[in-house]
Amino acid sequence: MSETIGEARKSRLSLSAIADKIAANKAVSGWLMAAPLALVLLLFLVIPIIMIAVVSFWRATEFSIIPDFVFENYEFLLTSPVTLTVFINTFKYAIVTWICTLLIGFTVAYYLAFHIREMRWQVVMFLLCSIPFLTSNIIRMISWIPFLGRNGIANSTLISWGVIDEPLEWLLFSDFSVILAFVHLYVLFMVVPIFNTMMRIDKSLVEAARDAGATGPQILWNVIIPLTKPGLMIGTIFVVTLVMGDFFTVRIMSGSQSANVGRLISNDIGLLQYPSASATAIVLLITVLLIIGILLRFVDIRKEL
Amino acid sequence: MEQETHLELVAVTKRYGSTVAVKAVDHKFKSGSYTCLLGPSGCGKSSTLRMIAGHESVTEGSIVLAGRDVANLPPAKRGTAMMFQNYALFPHLSVRENVAFSLKMKGVDTAVRHKSADDMLELVHLSELADRMPDQLSGGQQQRVALARALITRPQVLLLDEPLSALDPFLRIRMRAELRKLQKELGISFVHVTHGQDEALALADEIVVMNNAVIEQAGPARDVFNAPKTEFVAKFMGGHNVIALPQGKVAVRSDVVAPTGPGAGRIEATVDTVEYQGTHVSILTKSIGDTEITALVSDAAFFANPHNPGDTIGLTWDEKHQHALIA
Repeated sequence: MSETIGEARKSRLSLSAIADKIAANKAVSGWLMAAPLALVLLLFLVIPIIMIAVVSFWRATEFSIIPDFVFENYEFLLTSPVTLTVFINTFKYAIVTWICTLLIGFTVAYYLAFHIREMRWQVVMFLLCSIPFLTSNIIRMISWIPFLGRNGIANSTLISWGVIDEPLEWLLFSDFSVILAFVHLYVLFMVVPIFNTMMRIDKSLVEAARDAGATGPQILWNVIIPLTKPGLMIGTIFVVTLVMGDFFTVRIMSGSQSANVGRLISNDIGLLQYPSASATAIVLLITVLLIIGILLRFVDIRKEL
Repeated sequence: MEQETHLELVAVTKRYGSTVAVKAVDHKFKSGSYTCLLGPSGCGKSSTLRMIAGHESVTEGSIVLAGRDVANLPPAKRGTAMMFQNYALFPHLSVRENVAFSLKMKGVDTAVRHKSADDMLELVHLSELADRMPDQLSGGQQQRVALARALITRPQVLLLDEPLSALDPFLRIRMRAELRKLQKELGISFVHVTHGQDEALALADEIVVMNNAVIEQAGPARDVFNAPKTEFVAKFMGGHNVIALPQGKVAVRSDVVAPTGPGAGRIEATVDTVEYQGTHVSILTKSIGDTEITALVSDAAFFANPHNPGDTIGLTWDEKHQHALIA
């Protein structure tokens, strides 16, 4: 009798021991599964950023870079009037591009999600939207130049129609052309997340709103926009970070006449002023992170992921 | 309560391309009554309801509500309100804001509309949950919110699209009792779409059985169950045997069919299976031409004179319980 009780207890003990082992193994296997990606991120994201941060405290002269721990790069950056102008210009590009892509992106996504009834046509139209993105950014950008130039297609067409007498100077190598290129390059980053969120909206909610007497604009404002917020926010983050970090579009499309923070960094790199470039990069990184932090306070995008 | 016609469908037709979903349906709904549209999926009952609600355009015919043709009016101008199958609560609004939604659309002040919403929530016993979000509610609670949201527009007709199908069986029976009680309290017409005949029998003053885009039979619940007009209705309502007699097909309720000795009944049959169901015993028999006939016998009567599978027995029933089928 007592023997069987002892047996039972032993087997229970060994069972719980096995259960513990499995639990421990689960933790181990969880870490193992996360490890490859963590390693990649560590090697290619965290370490480079740490290196940039370290270099930003070094000293530099016209001909040498000296490892050190000084704040002179930041001091120079934060007291220079150029910095403020360039940052304001960068924000201007980001905000105007954001507004344009938001309006276009929302309209396109709304049309695809709510006006095209068949799934097949939705997919076809969606792929159609992405066709221009099969070519490289640079080609898409550069192809604007012959179109917008002084003797370009746009100007000569407008002149031949008699709309204008002289070529419009502001079409190319201006803020207009920079923002046009930005909108063209990044609008899909707005369309995709908004479309994705809209597709998850239960169509019967729209019917319920109509049943309650809501008009078209009321449905848009009270039902669709609130439910699309996470998509709007993800698109916003994409567009804002892309525009804030860009330097090439600004250089090409402004004909080197405008500057943003990215160009500041690229100029410093061109002059081999790595510490100064690093300091600017760190300030830009912090700025963008702050913007994203503020945006995330408005909308919980975790629901979407 | 006046029993005049309140809502009338006149030759209402719905076509999607070449398929006809609802074929020239005529029906008069009595004012203040609970009507169930009953039928299998794809029979056109939901399309009919959605046309009454205004969420589906009417291809032909008219829908007359309180003396005016509403077939081309927008949903909110008809005097109907709809409760959706999955409740369609706005996930970003609290329970109170969901209920007050239609008042907000009309531009009613926040304080006034929240007061009305709270009154409506009291009616469905949800006052204490007014600040919750829909995803924090159980299925039954969500349904009551949907009900309150539909009723706040003071509709003359409440349209319910399979309102109980998302609930578990226990809750379904409780909610249907509540629906019935609420309808009596409010005295407005309810039109309820369902595919469950037990639900329709339990709730409805009038049952409208639909099949293949047309109404097969309409009438008070008891009449439809007791005297099905067609083979489809007899089979769909359940509890009936369809027996081919020399004068044509008839429907006979299972519980009026009684087994007798061989040769003594109206027809001969062989016992196929015997199922004990507690209060009753169901005897499934096969008659000539493989016609299946079920006899539902009280357990006392069965065990006084039991039958086993393979036995040949006679089946008999009172002539007055047999109803000729027209199709």
